[in-house]
Amino acid sequence: MTDYALLLIGTVLVNNFVLVQFLGLCPFMGVSSRTETAIGMSFATTFVMTLASLLSYLVTTYILVPLNLEYLTTMSFILVIAVVVQFTEMVVHKTSSSLYRLLGIFLPLITTNCAVLGVALLNLRLQHNFFESIIYGFGAAVGFSLVLIMFSAMREKLTNADVPTPFKGAAIAMITAGLMSLAFMGFAGLVKI
Amino acid sequence: MSIIMNILIAILVLGVISALFGALLGYASVRFHVEGDPIVEQLDALLPQTQCGQCGYPGCKPYAEAVANGEAINKCAPGGEDTIKKIADLLGVDVQPVDDNHEQDDSSQSNRPKVAFIIEEDCIGCTKCIQACPVDAILGAAKQMHTIIIDECTGCDLCVAPCPVDCIEMRPTPETIQNWQWDLNKIAVKQVN
Amino acid sequence: MESIIERINQGKLWHFHGGIHPPEQKAITSGKPIKHLPLPKQLILPLQQHIGRQGDLLVNVGDKVLKGQALTQSYNPMAVPVHAPTSGTISAIKKSVIAHPSGLSELCLFIDVDGEDTWKAREICQDFTKLNRQQIIKKIADAGIAGMGGAGFPTHIKVNTKPDINFLIINAAECEPYITADDLLMCEQSEAIVDGIKILDQLLNPAFILIGIEDNKPQAIKALQQATKHIEKIKVCVLATKYPTGGEKQLIKILTGKEVHSATLPINSGIVMQNVATCFAISDAVINDIPLIRRVVTLTGSAFSKPQNVWALLGTQVSYLLDQAGFVSEVGEPTSSLNSAQPSPPVIMGGPLMGFSILNEQVPIVKTSNCILAPSKVEMPSAFDNNSNEVECIRCGQCADVCPSQLLPQELQWSAKAKDHQQLMQLNLFDCIDCGACAYVCPSQIPLVQYYRVAKAEIRQQQQLDIKAEKAKARFEARKLRLGQEKIARQEKHEKAAAARKATMNKKSADGGTASSAVAAALARVKAKKAAENKSTELSATSSEKSDNNEQVENSPVKAAIARAKAKRLAKEQSSESPVTSNVVTSGHEQTEKSQVKAAIARAKAKRLAKEQNTESPVAISNAQDVKEETKTSPVTNEETQNKVVNDKKARIAAAVAKAKAKKAQEKQSSAVGKTLSKETMQETPSEKTTKTPTSANDKKARIAAAVAKAKAKAKLRIMDEAQQASTTNSEKST
Repeated sequence: MTDYALLLIGTVLVNNFVLVQFLGLCPFMGVSSRTETAIGMSFATTFVMTLASLLSYLVTTYILVPLNLEYLTTMSFILVIAVVVQFTEMVVHKTSSSLYRLLGIFLPLITTNCAVLGVALLNLRLQHNFFESIIYGFGAAVGFSLVLIMFSAMREKLTNADVPTPFKGAAIAMITAGLMSLAFMGFAGLVKI
Repeated sequence: MSIIMNILIAILVLGVISALFGALLGYASVRFHVEGDPIVEQLDALLPQTQCGQCGYPGCKPYAEAVANGEAINKCAPGGEDTIKKIADLLGVDVQPVDDNHEQDDSSQSNRPKVAFIIEEDCIGCTKCIQACPVDAILGAAKQMHTIIIDECTGCDLCVAPCPVDCIEMRPTPETIQNWQWDLNKIAVKQVN
Repeated sequence: MESIIERINQGKLWHFHGGIHPPEQKAITSGKPIKHLPLPKQLILPLQQHIGRQGDLLVNVGDKVLKGQALTQSYNPMAVPVHAPTSGTISAIKKSVIAHPSGLSELCLFIDVDGEDTWKAREICQDFTKLNRQQIIKKIADAGIAGMGGAGFPTHIKVNTKPDINFLIINAAECEPYITADDLLMCEQSEAIVDGIKILDQLLNPAFILIGIEDNKPQAIKALQQATKHIEKIKVCVLATKYPTGGEKQLIKILTGKEVHSATLPINSGIVMQNVATCFAISDAVINDIPLIRRVVTLTGSAFSKPQNVWALLGTQVSYLLDQAGFVSEVGEPTSSLNSAQPSPPVIMGGPLMGFSILNEQVPIVKTSNCILAPSKVEMPSAFDNNSNEVECIRCGQCADVCPSQLLPQELQWSAKAKDHQQLMQLNLFDCIDCGACAYVCPSQIPLVQYYRVAKAEIRQQQQLDIKAEKAKARFEARKLRLGQEKIARQEKHEKAAAARKATMNKKSADGGTASSAVAAALARVKAKKAAENKSTELSATSSEKSDNNEQVENSPVKAAIARAKAKRLAKEQSSESPVTSNVVTSGHEQTEKSQVKAAIARAKAKRLAKEQNTESPVAISNAQDVKEETKTSPVTNEETQNKVVNDKKARIAAAVAKAKAKKAQEKQSSAVGKTLSKETMQETPSEKTTKTPTSANDKKARIAAAVAKAKAKAKLRIMDEAQQASTTNSEKST
């Protein structure tokens, strides 16, 4: 049990997907201009990542490995992720049309979010078992959500702040992200996994 | 031989997985089917509801529908840049400048909202403007003098062209204490020292 | 509640968050008594001097009014009347600049003071305790009392409340620097104020009455304590001086420890607050039957040689007060430059923190003006400096420390600059009381309050626009629905009619070809008519000015009348006089129907063209004269008298038609033929102008026709064109 807890914390903070492993930067910069959108994106991504890491584990363990088809891993993972994303899109569209509208193009773009493929592949490389895979996927998604929402809150303030002209827009956002990344380096050594 | 077998197996496996996922998505699309497009309502709410038709559509709602289906967002002249900005926010697309063809002539001195005014001594009671008014803001009957209900007029301009005797003109609404805007430059009082 | 009173008795009051201690500057005027001024020559009374609506006028220009006479009335409860501050004559009712930061004009009454100061009949009430509740409220309402602290909320609404009132708080804090109007009023009129409080006590029956007064007014405190000595219920609470103690919510917090929630009123917490000056006005109104016609105004600042509090009649112009207090402009010239739009030395109405510069010294004193501040350059350099010294925010957070409403001024400022209305609402912008404490402490000299004011106004306007858009949408939808229904109804009707027609057709099918022959007959009729028309126009064009007595007159009196009326109007509009000889004159009423109407149209067109080209229009004028004369000389037939009533209207229609044609013509100008034609005729005009012969009259006709032709040359749309062309050529020939 402790292992699972440590794995979760380790994934969320220490090995944060965005700020430490630099995965999923596209939505991190793209959907972070408004907190409302960022929260919606976080939920959608969490759902997708957890489900994708679960399914990809099943696909690897029960189909690809027995049939010696490991070389199809990437291709089948992409397939899995695409399906999960499509499924999520339909669910979101049905349940919350405003969120669907807010996420707009970024929702289908979760497919190409490298964090999602990354979590599936890392599961494989770290030889996680079924539960570890789920927790790893969920933890990665929570970490992503955490920094995304924090970052979007900061960017909201930045839009109204008197940023020097050369730094306006993306530049100051990058600087902020860099500073956040530095801050997250402080978590290194918190949990040993 | 075994290579061919391997390839066949790989194709088969991927085919089966795809078929399974396809079935899942197919089911989901039926299960989570969404009627209509809620975005039209939201777009409609952003439009100024002048019903002026300057966008080329007979009213704000039809234009909202058109925008939802990919029409350019910069055709609303009465809404101006503010509206375009809001629509861009909503749809997650870039802000475009107001279309030249749909730009209001800003040659007039003030940017105060305008309402139509009927020069009553010239009105011949032809009812042409009444038919043109999208919001029923003109009062009158055949061969009777017409007049504008100022509070209802949206300043859409549509009644000006049909008037055979040119007795309708657009006049800026008078500036009163109620609608006066503070002018930052006018105020000198700041501090006691 | 008992504990609140205990605490107050022990002198332990609460605190509100923030606040500032600006230099008080009250000593300039606090030592001097309130001066009574001689009557000014003229008073300007805005109809609306308070929050709410303006009343309906009761007087007209030229009316004599007596002092205290009501000038407006209204059945709207949010309206309070205004009264004549002294006797005199209403000299004008017009828009004039009022005491508002915008410097906009509103409807005002101008009273020329007669100097006699004659009162209207008054009923002095010896014992107000005998009056019942409704009588007192009516007296307050009729006296036009609105809150005199600043907002100007109608007092009779504020005191007409049902629920139990725990506290009546009398606001005597007067926390803004410089102002001493309430202070002196309390010193001099403490008895009357206490009477006013008693009246309020009778109305509201609160559990306790608290008078909140800052400790920088020892004299006033003494006077009030003296006056309330024998009244157990009233407690004079001396407060530490801090700005803005006098804010409604702040004073409630200090005295009772209660916080008034955002978007609720003190009355919901069982608290009513009245300004001390309002109390005085109430006692004046109820006891002495004196409506609100004067108030104490502090004239202060170093630019005055004699700064003092004065009793100013409402409607007194600021310029008069400036004169009275010896206003010395630092710029050099004394206060005389009244007509300049912006007086160069700043004059501030209200206090230094919440007041506004007035753009015109002719603005009148109103019910809410408590101070006229004219600072010197040393005293308040920022008021002289029109350039903003604003620099970027350094995030020091002092503004949040001093904000009495516990808002985040810095955040508000960012959002206000970014026009993020949603965020502003979330930050509770509308709880800001505009006190200016944040701007006062801001080291970057950011005029924070101005940003908030702008944002508030914008949000309000946006809300109004949203409501309007909603309304427009509803109306549009309703209209669409209606049109749809009408369309369906029409279709049904058509179908029915078509069915009926079919039925009859079937019946008549035996006759064979009836329908087609009927059509042919109709066509033939139309052709014949057209030909006749052309002929008659030709005829009329050639013979129009010749004195033939045509029999057709009989069927055309109406048309003739139209033309005459039309001409009359033209003549009225154009004032040039050209003598017309009688031989032309006589011809007029004998003209044929067609030519007359045509002439009218042509004249209208000519007029329009002439106007546009900015040339003299002798044609139209003289023509109009002609026809005017015609009308005069021509014997009035019976039909004419009958039709005279409708003449004007008809003439207008004719004018409108002419205008419409002209519009069309204008669109299709630059016809070569037309141009040459009109050029020819233009060259001929000068000689013709003087010689008033039948020929010249003909020329004029020709010119009109030419103008018409020019306009029409490209139109080619109507059948009328042919006729016009014909008349053109004909009249040319005759020239």
